[in-house]
Amino acid sequence: MKNKYSIFSLIKNALSYHENWEKAWKDPEPKKEYDIVIVGGGGHGLATAYYLAKKHNMKNIAVVEKGWIGGGNTGRNTTIIRSNYLWDASAGLYDHALKIWEGLSQELNYNIMFSQRGVMNLAHNLQDVRDLKRRTHANRLNGIDAVYLNTEEVKRFCPIINTSSNIRYPVLGGTLQKRAGTARHDAVAWGYARGADEMGVDIIQNCEVKGIKRNADSVEGIETTKGFIKTNKIGVAAAGHSSVIANMAGLKLPLESKPLQALVSEPVKPIIDTVVMSNAVHAYVSQSDKGELVIGAGTDDYVSYSQKGSHDIIEGTLSAILELYPIFSRMRMLRQWGGIVDICPDASPIISKTSIKGLYFNCGWGTGGFKATPGSGDLFAHTIANDEPHKLNAAFNINRFISGDLVDEHGAAAVAH
Amino acid sequence: MFIINCPFCGEREQSEFKAGGEAHIVRPKQPTELSDDQWADYLFMRKNIKGIQFERWVHAHGCRKWFNIVRDTSNDEIKAVYKMGEKPPTE
Repeated sequence: MKNKYSIFSLIKNALSYHENWEKAWKDPEPKKEYDIVIVGGGGHGLATAYYLAKKHNMKNIAVVEKGWIGGGNTGRNTTIIRSNYLWDASAGLYDHALKIWEGLSQELNYNIMFSQRGVMNLAHNLQDVRDLKRRTHANRLNGIDAVYLNTEEVKRFCPIINTSSNIRYPVLGGTLQKRAGTARHDAVAWGYARGADEMGVDIIQNCEVKGIKRNADSVEGIETTKGFIKTNKIGVAAAGHSSVIANMAGLKLPLESKPLQALVSEPVKPIIDTVVMSNAVHAYVSQSDKGELVIGAGTDDYVSYSQKGSHDIIEGTLSAILELYPIFSRMRMLRQWGGIVDICPDASPIISKTSIKGLYFNCGWGTGGFKATPGSGDLFAHTIANDEPHKLNAAFNINRFISGDLVDEHGAAAVAH
Repeated sequence: MFIINCPFCGEREQSEFKAGGEAHIVRPKQPTELSDDQWADYLFMRKNIKGIQFERWVHAHGCRKWFNIVRDTSNDEIKAVYKMGEKPPTE
């Protein structure tokens, strides 16, 4: 049993100069055999292991991670959480996650700094206005809070936006989801890791998967840089590298992996207390608790695993940001980076069994996987434990690309994918 | 961000080009006779290789011609460029 984090434990550890905090998770070497191995120690993989142990009473689980936990896309995203998706299936999936987010700090006894500061999506042309109004109605029918704002209301909610009608893409209105917001991305990985570790999950870092051993129709184990691990169930949550793992098992996925970039500015005093996203000009911005502006750019259009994007993508995003927020014109950018996102043709994820028994994939989250982390872990754990999808992820099976029953969120979601 | 040597125009910045995805996926000759699985494989399934990948590009803001390149997707290094219809290089 781990010591509970509280104000008292903080005071107690302050007295010993914070040198005696208990380790949040062990760093074990792999055992020879596990009942379930999760590939990928990001938020989704760690959450999956956590819910497998907690809700499905599975023991003997390992999470293998090629680097350090939370060092991939979990640590590279812009931390936005929302559930205002158009289609019923997506609304169900993302709002399931949002409901878990609301109680997650308490459940994990780990402050994930979940902040429901609202997410506003801007409309810049008449088609945007129609699309966003339609989405607002669809959201409300699905029980998701959403309101449509006119230009004055947008300005009132976020006064630094330039609502002049003389700019290239004037703000004609927007939608607001007040329950949406942000969370601290590292803390999500660490909180789930601590919780999973407490229930006996082995979190094995610096352990890269090199091959998947299978017989005719089922899996027998994985080859890793730390040796062979025998297992009958493998759950892959490897984000941009999903296809690499699938190829090891002789499977092809409907994915393309592309660089997605983000950047942060120097820290400044509080200036924007919400998240503002713009689909048409592809720019979104929020402010971290440290005071940095967190800015998300778009994807490059070519396949790459280099974790580097093109400069012109950033230039396009920043020119849009400057037109919408002239106040930022003298801000200096501190850091810029790229992550590799795996994008499905319909811009919806896959949480699914495969044609190989015991091999499960949780992938295709594209540019927006962070917001789904708790829900994704919960539903993937259900799918692995029962060998059947939960009703909330039934639509997100891999066979939809064969049946044609796609969940097309490309134009429908709040931001371009 | 990298430089692409267009076989028609010479070296230009990548931002002038548009990526067209995996190359040498042949459109089925008898589409009506395909099973749903085969259609899905043709339409959606991709190798999405980390390493040497053969792909199609178009010089969208230049000559607007399509051609193929061989690129290492792990570091964006271009190994070869060849025209449509030419045999892909073997090494």
